[in-house]
Amino acid sequence: MLAYLIRRLFAAAVMLVVIIMVVFGIFFLVPKWAGVDIASSFVGKQADPASVEAVRQKLGLGDPIYAQVWEFFKGIFAGRTYSGGGDTIHCSAPCFGYSFRSEQAVWPVLTDRFPVTLGLALGAAVLWLVFGVAAGVLSALKRGTIWDRGAMVIALGGVSLPIYFTGMLSLAIFAFGLKWIDAQYVPLEESFGGWFGGMILPWITLAFLYAAMYARITRATMMEILGEDYIRTARAKGLKEQTVIGKHAMRSTMTPILTMLGMDLGALIGGAILTESTFNLPGLGRAVLDAIRNQDLPIIVGVTLITSLAVLVANLVVDILYAVIDPRVRLT
Amino acid sequence: MTAPLHEPTAEAAPSAAEEAALVSADAKAVQGRSLGRIAWERLKRDKLALTGGAVVLFLVVIALLAPVITSLLGQDPNEYHENLIDPLFGTPTGSLGGISGDHLLGVEPVNGRDILARILYGARISLLVGFLSAVVAVILGTVLGILAGFFGGWLDSVISRVMDGLLAFPQLLFIIALVSVMPNEMLGLTGSSVRVFVMIIVIGFFGWPYIGRVVRGQTLSLREREYVEAARSLGAGRLYILFKELLPNLVAPIVVYTTMMIPTNILTEAALSFLGVGVKPPTASWGQMLSSAIDYYESDPMYMVVPGVAIFITVLAFNLFGDGVRDALDPKASR
Repeated sequence: MLAYLIRRLFAAAVMLVVIIMVVFGIFFLVPKWAGVDIASSFVGKQADPASVEAVRQKLGLGDPIYAQVWEFFKGIFAGRTYSGGGDTIHCSAPCFGYSFRSEQAVWPVLTDRFPVTLGLALGAAVLWLVFGVAAGVLSALKRGTIWDRGAMVIALGGVSLPIYFTGMLSLAIFAFGLKWIDAQYVPLEESFGGWFGGMILPWITLAFLYAAMYARITRATMMEILGEDYIRTARAKGLKEQTVIGKHAMRSTMTPILTMLGMDLGALIGGAILTESTFNLPGLGRAVLDAIRNQDLPIIVGVTLITSLAVLVANLVVDILYAVIDPRVRLT
Repeated sequence: MTAPLHEPTAEAAPSAAEEAALVSADAKAVQGRSLGRIAWERLKRDKLALTGGAVVLFLVVIALLAPVITSLLGQDPNEYHENLIDPLFGTPTGSLGGISGDHLLGVEPVNGRDILARILYGARISLLVGFLSAVVAVILGTVLGILAGFFGGWLDSVISRVMDGLLAFPQLLFIIALVSVMPNEMLGLTGSSVRVFVMIIVIGFFGWPYIGRVVRGQTLSLREREYVEAARSLGAGRLYILFKELLPNLVAPIVVYTTMMIPTNILTEAALSFLGVGVKPPTASWGQMLSSAIDYYESDPMYMVVPGVAIFITVLAFNLFGDGVRDALDPKASR
């Protein structure tokens, strides 16, 4: 177990390094290849040559790419000082870069935005797990009935609807038509009720899409497992149907669901870009989208890293949970 | 198909034509049916899948004929009709977003462009990017998956690690980032065609591991089969085995994953355009129409409903058809 953990952590660390290099590759090499001056895009469109040169010095953009990546790594653990063009900016550890566009360090932006996205992702995950898995299991048990068909038609509709469209529809209907909900983001620290009210529509919209996917997968997996020999054995030895389904079948049904949950939660925690931009939630996804529009590269790099980290951690947690849920899996 | 229990005699047979039909049905049952035939017969019974397929076909036709249809209707996707706009609110005059005999789906707020014409032209972008990015993914995924599965060793390790890595990436984020750093002119392309080209390549690139994994797994199990060994013992070369023996047996999973990938790619294209990194205005695309509709969902909800429903119908049709194809090609799916 410990050896497995160490190996997995090592693999995750390698993956993170690869991702950092790819991110640098995308944002520092592609523009170079396309003949765009990166330093000027760090400063802004109306930059004068002197400030562009200052940024180039501060960031060491003239250095080779591996040196830049190394400086970035060092900054995460030791902090970093940018100096050039006569002034000096200190970015204390953990330094995930400094945005010269918006004149702020990247790390506080990440920590500000993270709780919003985390709340969105976790709330929606609870909803979609409960409803998606329940609908899938019921469909599999009542295969061919009107319930099964109805649930699967709704699920197919759910996976075919773009989330920003359902989001806009729900805003138009519930927030502006019926005026049931005040669709305004309120931070959790200010008022729990306000936060909850503002999050209801995003949660439901996001959960609808994922519940549809989970219902489809759960149904397919459950149907396959109900045909397995060990289920027949469980029934043959006279176990109650409740126990057969709830204990024996559910355990193996949960394995693929858990894999999906790990990947989806990881991806969402790193920024639910579409949901956040539809509902105007100030989360990580919104931050990275704004950064992309403003060509604010340090923020993009920072958010991408956090996102990748979230995906890696989520996958790791899932793999460990596997062993707990499925007795056939041994971590070696 | 029930076979007659007795030999039909000339007197007993109701008509020559029916007898011929029975005989040929009998012959067919004896001949055995190819996998493709079985799949097609299953698909033919699946009403939902056929409906989905018909809608897909219809969409492809109207997308191809978009210029013809719009000129027949006397509309142009980029022509302004400011006379149809309420100057005070910027929303279309008339009910339901300005639906009229001339403008069957109404007009856009502010500039009054015909929505139907823009939907038709938007279909071209959606389907083009959806199909071609799937083609890119299928080619990359098949070639790399088959190489990894067939040759194994270090090649397999490298390709598998790359696939795992790409699947663990926050994909939408990387697609957005890549599309947004691409230059506005390249390879002699300019304007919207650059964006379309970049989207096809980038979406296809992030899609290939899904197909690659399946192809690799299938190749791994197929290469140990007797018929491959038979071909090898007859002196067939590696390339011959790869393309003549293995590839035909990989067609079914590849077809299934391709039909499932197209709707996902259409949604990704719409999402990119919605986020403002897709095609550049004034080129019409559904995602972009939705993103400009977000400012009018109180005053002109029709403007948002039309492109939203267009995306929904397209993706649903592909999903229905894809589910049908999967069930038809999957030998386990007969239940």
